[in-house]
Amino acid sequence: MNGNPFSQLASLVRGSAVYRSIVRHGAADTNRNRSLVIFENLFLHVHPVKVREKTLKFTHTYWLGGITISAMVVLIATGILLMFYYHPSVPQAYRDMKELKFVVDNGVFYRNLHRWAAHLMVLGAMLHMVRVFYHRAYRPPRQFNWVIGVVLLLVTLLLSYTGYLLPWDQLAFWGVSVGTNMAKEAPILGPPIRFLLLGGNIVSENALLRFYVLHCVLLPVALIGFLGVHIWRIRKDGGVQGPPEPPADDEVEP
Amino acid sequence: MRDAEEGMALPLRPEDQSRREFMARLGLGACALTAAGAALTVLDFMEPKVLFEPATEFKAGNIQEYPEGTVKFNEEHRAYIIGGQGGVFAVSAVCTHLGCITRYHANEGMIACPCHGSQFDPEGNVTHGPAPRPLPWLEVKADAEGNLTVDTSMVIPHGKVLKA
Repeated sequence: MNGNPFSQLASLVRGSAVYRSIVRHGAADTNRNRSLVIFENLFLHVHPVKVREKTLKFTHTYWLGGITISAMVVLIATGILLMFYYHPSVPQAYRDMKELKFVVDNGVFYRNLHRWAAHLMVLGAMLHMVRVFYHRAYRPPRQFNWVIGVVLLLVTLLLSYTGYLLPWDQLAFWGVSVGTNMAKEAPILGPPIRFLLLGGNIVSENALLRFYVLHCVLLPVALIGFLGVHIWRIRKDGGVQGPPEPPADDEVEP
Repeated sequence: MRDAEEGMALPLRPEDQSRREFMARLGLGACALTAAGAALTVLDFMEPKVLFEPATEFKAGNIQEYPEGTVKFNEEHRAYIIGGQGGVFAVSAVCTHLGCITRYHANEGMIACPCHGSQFDPEGNVTHGPAPRPLPWLEVKADAEGNLTVDTSMVIPHGKVLKA
């Protein structure tokens, strides 16, 4: 032990029974312990212990998946804040939105943050998809993860759409009128789906409540579930794939 | 250890095997039936049985108020009541494209939708897309004094004018 008081304090903490009950491995000064830092942490263990340096380069993935997930984290955090003021009822919903805009401290900031993060998440998911497509990262063994990605895009769009109704303004009302009429045009199942979605024949208070539950409970749970599988499969399929290797001289481009 | 394992291994005859499979399938079938039942009750639960929506029937004044060429718009019930040749008829104001509310333009004598630009003549026929179908005609009834009632849930064939 050297005489540096910080190191002394650090080793004192590390040696304590409480710390050792939480963190079971020693200081990250050996390869084994550095691996254990990743292995033994719930939040880190989705990461591989070692990654190639080139996979961290910006141009390898353009960080698009990470940007999308970051937007999602911002959306969950700001969404929970908005829920403290919002009542999904008529006409209170519109008044709550006004209150958030003009009365609540930082209400405009958090509401707008939610809105811009929503735009960013949709844009990020789409660009991520484009990136994966042009890098041919959808090919085996990652073909099923592409399918999960498509489901994630759909859930993201549904979240965006259900959130659109919640301010209960003219834009929201007509946007949802038009959208649910599109659903109605589907053969046979269209009209009953619209009825169940709206909880009635017109865009009313029932529809607002249903969209609220979808937006705040069902769709986020579905998103996080599919996202878990998506991330897990990235590991199982051999990590992120960046630009494909250029074909060898004697290889035919597929 | 080895002895214990051997002692626990029961001799399985072929008929035992098939009985075990049968019981397993019976169990799975019961689970599937329960899941299907749960799905059905949830679907039933999600369908509202009472709706607090505006009534589909409404009073539209007296037939005397509709000489030929009159177009009255009922905003709440989203319908036009129109005086035509020799009678009265009602046309839905809900665009057949995607459900926006159309508006009657008296100067041009046409009905137009603000959302995507569909146009209709006063009898509801499409004169300009994207609306795929004409505006439906709604049932109009008159009592002995000529007081009109329109029912927006009752669609009638085009051209069925209520005679004055």
